[in-house]
Amino acid sequence: MIPLFQLVNAGVRYGDAEILRSVSLAFSAGEFVAIAGPNGAGKSTLLSLLAGLKAPSSGVCRLGERDAHAWNRRDFARRVAVVEATDVTSFPFTASEVVYMGRMPHQKGMYETPEDDEAVAHALQRTGMMPFRDREFRTLSSGEKQRVLLASALAQSPEVLLLDEPAAHLDLRHQVELHQLLRELSQGGLLVVAITHDLNLAAAYASRLILMHKGRIRADGPAAEVLRTSLIEEVFEVHVAMHHTPSGQPWMLYGE
Amino acid sequence: MANSRRNAGWIAAIMFSAVAAILAGLTAVLVGSHNLSLDRAIKGLAPDRDILIQLRLPRALLALWAGGALSLAGVLFQALMRNPLATPDTLGVSSGAALGAVVAIALGWSSGSAISGVSIAACAGAAIVLVLVVVIASNRGSISSVGLLLSGVTINIMCGATIVFIASMVGFLKSFAVAHWLMGGLDAPEYSTLAWLTAVLIPVCLVVFWHGREWNLLAVGDTWATTRGLSTSRLLLIGCVAGSLLTGAVTALTGPIAFVGLIVPHALRMWLGADHRILAPCAFLLGAAFLALCDVFSRTILAPVEVPVGVITALLGGPFFIWMLKSKRGGVTL
Repeated sequence: MIPLFQLVNAGVRYGDAEILRSVSLAFSAGEFVAIAGPNGAGKSTLLSLLAGLKAPSSGVCRLGERDAHAWNRRDFARRVAVVEATDVTSFPFTASEVVYMGRMPHQKGMYETPEDDEAVAHALQRTGMMPFRDREFRTLSSGEKQRVLLASALAQSPEVLLLDEPAAHLDLRHQVELHQLLRELSQGGLLVVAITHDLNLAAAYASRLILMHKGRIRADGPAAEVLRTSLIEEVFEVHVAMHHTPSGQPWMLYGE
Repeated sequence: MANSRRNAGWIAAIMFSAVAAILAGLTAVLVGSHNLSLDRAIKGLAPDRDILIQLRLPRALLALWAGGALSLAGVLFQALMRNPLATPDTLGVSSGAALGAVVAIALGWSSGSAISGVSIAACAGAAIVLVLVVVIASNRGSISSVGLLLSGVTINIMCGATIVFIASMVGFLKSFAVAHWLMGGLDAPEYSTLAWLTAVLIPVCLVVFWHGREWNLLAVGDTWATTRGLSTSRLLLIGCVAGSLLTGAVTALTGPIAFVGLIVPHALRMWLGADHRILAPCAFLLGAAFLALCDVFSRTILAPVEVPVGVITALLGGPFFIWMLKSKRGGVTL
C-alpha cells in the first residue's frame, strides 16, 4: 500500500537542542498508531510535523507527494484533522458551534450547507455529544470538552486524524469508548495517530505502537512485540511486571 | 438541525438592531436644546430647517457612524486578541489615532479638504499602535490578557504624554484646539466629510462582516484556525488594517470616545452568543444606536451647556469594565 505520510530522516532542533533525531516512518490508511514515550521524547514535535505546523530542520515529512508544511492549508485541512487540548474559553461559543468550525475547509460562502449539517450531526452522534450540542462550550467538563474537540475534528471529514493525548481528562468508560471509536474509524479507512500515556489501552486497541525515547524511535510494531519488559523499564525508568489478559493481550503493572 | 430556528433568530436580531439604530438616529435629530419640529423643517421654515440641515442631521449621522465603527472595531479586536477586554481604547489604538491626529493638527493640516491630513495621520497612528500591541503582547503565538492590558496602559500613557508635550509646544490657539478635540465630541461635520467617511467605512465594514466565520475560528486560537485551513497571518493583516481604518477615520473626526467597543459587543454576546456572522452586524447597528443616544443625553442633561459625549461614554464604560473584570459571566481570565 502507498503510505499517506512518509518521514525520511526527519530532524527538529531548537538551537543546540535536538528534539527529533533522524526519524524515518511511514503511515498508511487504516492504521491506528499509538505513540508513547516519556515526557520530552519528541512525541508532540513529531505530531506537529505531521500536522504541517512545523517544518523539519533536516530530512522530509511528506503527505502524499508534497511536504506537509508546504501544502495549501485549506487543501491540507480537508485531509488531516488535529485534536489537541484547546481552551475555547474566552467567548460563549456553544458545543455545536465549535463542532461546526471543523467544516471550515469545506466552506462554500458564509453559511453552512446541508452537507455541513449532516457531517456535524454525525460527528456529534459518534462522540455521544448530541445532548450537549446547545451547551456553552466553556461550561462543559474537561472530558466533555475533549469529546467536543474530537467531534469537531470528525466533522472535518478527514483522511487522517492526529490526536495529542485524547484520553487525558476522560473517565474510565469514556477512555474505553474513545479507543473503541478510534479503532472503528481506522477500520473504516482512516489513518489515526494518537499520542498516549496509557500503554495498556494502546496495546488493546492500536494496530501499531511506536515507542519514542530522546528524539528517536526505539521500537515500532504491533504492541505485543514492542512491549517488552526490559525495553519499557529502560525507556520509562520504572519497574514493570508484565501480565496477560485472558484474551492474550499484554497488560503491564508499573511501579514497585 | 437547529439552523432554521437560528436563522430566524438572526433575522429578528438584525431587524431589531436596524430599527433601534433608525429610532436612535431620529431621536438624535429631533431632541435637543431646541425642540425641532420635523413638520416645520420639511416645509423649509427657519430656524428649524437650518438646525436640521446644518446641525442635527450631520451630527446624528456622525454619531451613528462613529458608534457603529468603534463598536465593530471592538468586536474585531476582541476576536484578533481572543480577549473580550480588547477594544480600541484598552489596546491604546485610540490613543495612537489621537496622537496621529494631534500631530497633524499641530502641523496645521486640519483645515480644508474632507479626507484630511488629520484622518490619514490618525489611521497611521492607530495602525502603528496595533502592530506594537501585537508584537509586545504576543508570546509565541499566545496573547495573554495581562500582557495585552499592560501594553495598552503603557501605550495610553506614552501617547497621552506626547500629546501634552506637543500641545505645550504649539502655542495657545492650537493648544486649545487640541484640548477641545481631545474631549471627544461630535461637532457637526461638513457633508463632504461625511461622504468621505461613508466611502471609507462601508467597504471596511463589509469586509469585516464577510469574514465572520473566519473570525470565529481565529477567536478560538491560532493553531485551531490553521489546522482548519485558514491563513492566520492573512486574517491578522486584514483585521489590523480594518481595525486601524475604523478607529482612525472616526477618531480623527470625533476625538477619542471611550468604551463604545467594550459595552456593546459584550452585551450582545450575552444576548446572541459568540458567532461573528451575527455579532458583527448587530454590534455595528447597536453601537450606532448607543452613541446616538449618548449624544442626545450629552446635549440635554445640562442644556444649553453641552457635555462632550466622550465624557458620557467614559462614565458609563468605566464601571462596566470593572464589572466585567469581576463577573463570572464576563468570562475574563487574567
